[in-house]
Amino acid sequence: MRRLPAIILSLATLLPALAGAESAAQQRRGGRQRGGQQQQPAGQPAAGEPAEPQRGGASSGETLIRNATILTASHGTLTNSDILIRGGKIAQVGQNLRAGSNARVIDATGKYVTPGIIDAHSHAASDAINEGTLSVTSMVRIEDVMNPTDINVYRALAGGVTVLNILHGSANTIGGQNAVVKTKYGRPIRQWFFGAPPGIKFALGENVTRKTPFALPGQPLPPQRYPRTRMGQEEVLRDAFTRARSYKRGWDDFNARRANQPPRRDLQLEPLVEVLDGRRLVHAHGYRADELLMLLNLADEFGFKVKTLQHVLEGYKIAPEIARHGAGGSLFADNWAYKIEAYDSIPYAAAIMTRAGVNTSINSDSSERVRRLNIDAAKMMKYGGLSEQEALRLITLNPAWQLGIDQRTGSIDVGKDADIAIWNGHPFSVYSRAEMTFIDGEVFFDRERDLAMRQERQRERAELERAEPNQAPGPAGQQGPGQQQRRRPPGDDGDDQKDNDDHDHPHGHSDDKGGRRQ
Amino acid sequence: MTTNRFARRALAFVAAVAFISSVATVPARAQQASANMGPAFQSGTPGTFAIRNARVVTAAGPDIENGTVVVSNGRISAVGASVTVPNGATVIDARGLTVFPGMIDLGTSMGLVEIPQGATPTVDVSELGDLNPNVRAIDAVNPHSAHIAVTRVNGITTVLSAPTGGLISGQASLIHLLGATHREMTIQPSAALVINLPRAAGGGGFAALLAQQQGQQDATAQRERQTEAIRRMLRDAEAYGRALDAAAADPRLPRVEPDVVLAPLVPYVRGQRPVIFRADREGEIRAAVRFAEEMKLRPVIFGGAEAWRVASFLKDRNVPVIVDHVLNLPSREDDPYDINYESPSKLHAAGVRFAITSGDSGANSRDTPYHAGMAAAYGLPKAEALRSVTLYPAQIMGVGDQMGSIEVGKVANLVVADGDILEARTNIRDLFVNGRRVPLISRHTEQYEMFRNRK
Repeated sequence: MRRLPAIILSLATLLPALAGAESAAQQRRGGRQRGGQQQQPAGQPAAGEPAEPQRGGASSGETLIRNATILTASHGTLTNSDILIRGGKIAQVGQNLRAGSNARVIDATGKYVTPGIIDAHSHAASDAINEGTLSVTSMVRIEDVMNPTDINVYRALAGGVTVLNILHGSANTIGGQNAVVKTKYGRPIRQWFFGAPPGIKFALGENVTRKTPFALPGQPLPPQRYPRTRMGQEEVLRDAFTRARSYKRGWDDFNARRANQPPRRDLQLEPLVEVLDGRRLVHAHGYRADELLMLLNLADEFGFKVKTLQHVLEGYKIAPEIARHGAGGSLFADNWAYKIEAYDSIPYAAAIMTRAGVNTSINSDSSERVRRLNIDAAKMMKYGGLSEQEALRLITLNPAWQLGIDQRTGSIDVGKDADIAIWNGHPFSVYSRAEMTFIDGEVFFDRERDLAMRQERQRERAELERAEPNQAPGPAGQQGPGQQQRRRPPGDDGDDQKDNDDHDHPHGHSDDKGGRRQ
Repeated sequence: MTTNRFARRALAFVAAVAFISSVATVPARAQQASANMGPAFQSGTPGTFAIRNARVVTAAGPDIENGTVVVSNGRISAVGASVTVPNGATVIDARGLTVFPGMIDLGTSMGLVEIPQGATPTVDVSELGDLNPNVRAIDAVNPHSAHIAVTRVNGITTVLSAPTGGLISGQASLIHLLGATHREMTIQPSAALVINLPRAAGGGGFAALLAQQQGQQDATAQRERQTEAIRRMLRDAEAYGRALDAAAADPRLPRVEPDVVLAPLVPYVRGQRPVIFRADREGEIRAAVRFAEEMKLRPVIFGGAEAWRVASFLKDRNVPVIVDHVLNLPSREDDPYDINYESPSKLHAAGVRFAITSGDSGANSRDTPYHAGMAAAYGLPKAEALRSVTLYPAQIMGVGDQMGSIEVGKVANLVVADGDILEARTNIRDLFVNGRRVPLISRHTEQYEMFRNRK
């Protein structure tokens, strides 16, 4: 009984490899074309620009993780096995591996190793989420508003997370361009980028229609904006892609010397041309089965692929159709009932979609929830009976495919980036903790180091709280501005908390839960 | 002709209105419907049951490696390694399985909220006005909320459903997650009074934004006014109670006019029932406890994010905490990343009584065990983590002698599972709520069956 799905699944694991090869080719062509010239992928220094100095320089060194239980996500579980990391890559996986004399050796006896966790839906590290004023904002980029000091990224690292797909919000039918980054907290933002293929956010359904008006205290409600219905959403997409197709034809004619003049550059349509050309991945927010099908049908008609349906809460009702289109699905594990659109959401959705042959991932859409995606994946073994490896793939190899980076990361395989999490117990146990998180072979989270630094941090904090407010450098005797702005007293938390979750967080209405709707 | 057209338009209008109103009631109607969801789904199957060959985690004494639990007349009538199975009992072979006490989640508004956003007719959690001691959750709990079955099939058999909002929100009700009527569900309709003392520059997010907008002096004056309003009402209730007693003792005194607002407060101002205070910051917690002492109330702290900072203060006064923040993000940027994960272990080490709650209005109350599990990953002993969602919440609500563990005489709230119920991978195999066996179906299993084989 179980044999057939298993074969289908093993075939499914080959597919990502092919798709990934294609995306690598896309990268070589260079995705982004601002200012009419091809740009280096973000994260790599442009010509003539000095490379960022590598702090610690550890990425070129060797690390040997010894005697661990390794959940590879690609080829089962290896017991009493080692991983050798060299030059930021996984150099060897096996038993009794040897490293050079300068290698860092980590005894992982009794511990578990997984690929770094990949969250295919995040809004962390982003100072803005929604450019919701127009229905088509394909010209705006999350990359331009990223904040490398967002502490929530460190908290995600402490949950074994190494890659985030930072998406534009769901306020409009065609949103902005996403940023797929590694969680290199503390590094300049350019170092977070690693050449993932570019993508764009689309959104369907209620959030776009703004039928649940929402405003910050003291702020006016947002003005009404076309479209107000799902009918209008289809029309917005059709109009945009019709214009994009004409624009593309204009360039094709010019390039083939059928026209004397190139079209006037259009930053809104360029990303959509890339979608039509298969060079930009579409990540489309949607809940209801009918709106999801509308997009798939429209994409088929215009000849492009939707890479992922995001949230896709009713995707389990149309799993065969999603599989036929070839889209992936990126879901919450078990959130439901926070709004009417989410009332039919069921925790069995990931299992149904996986069985139907849909590449499925579990995402967080939340700076809180991203910290425990391992437990969300574990739930999927209970709801619908996914195997341990299938469940692990929901947060590793599958989202890697969905982001076009499965050739680089997402599993413990030789040649891949050394994006790795070490756990003190089975990663699917609620009693386990992430102990170390590596990105490109470098340690970005180490619980022992974190604990050791705490005393120092507490001492520093206490000292600062005792300190006289800083004097501004000015004429003697004149008060500095700091004099008025006393530090907050202990016990008053102000609004340090920064949580950029968008509309879809079920706790979005509750400030105590740290969710702020955008 | 004209009349005809007008009539047709009127008809169309009526049809449109009927359609819109039918759409609007979808959430209320669509909650559950299937032939599987018959009487057993609504109210369980009563009877005598013997769960045999099971590992029994009692949460009271030591675990029993191979034992039997007998359920009769709704209660646990026997438990142990060598127990005689009564005649006529339905025998359940639980070889390889473990029996746990049903979990208890004290942080919900179960049945008061179906869909919080965009479906306000399904939200009955917060009454108008600031002082509503006379409203009770149980009077608005929807026994047919889809959240109820979804929650119980994950092993949570009992919840406190609480109103929120205002200064005195109302009374929370302790209910079983089974029953077609309020009467069938109710354990304690007036289980606790919920008070929200005004919070100082509260908690970040919107509250902080609002506080910034108000003048600081205005805010302070308003807090004082609000606290005084609560104090005055509690004093009135205390006086009302004394007047009632005096009138009962002395027939010559004039009859006391009944007061439906003050009457329900009497047991609370006499310290006979717990009063839940929402408080997270150190200062808020101290203020709440001092206020309770002044008014001679029996305080329970709900939230308690910084309770560990005032642990000895709480322990000395035997004030319990309902911890809802294990999975919340730290509130300060420079807090340790695990500050909330490890808060229960600090309370435990300091000897403060506490329970762990999902803090969720209902839909995600089923996650209660994972909140406790995370606390165990960060220092809380596993057995304590289990008690924090079974025995301790029962004790905090004053029903520790009735439920919360597997002991003879207690209400039979039992979960039979193929592993540790705090683990996310564990499957629940059998379920007893209030002594009744409950089928393991919910709106979610029904949707699953409907679509799992669609080609």
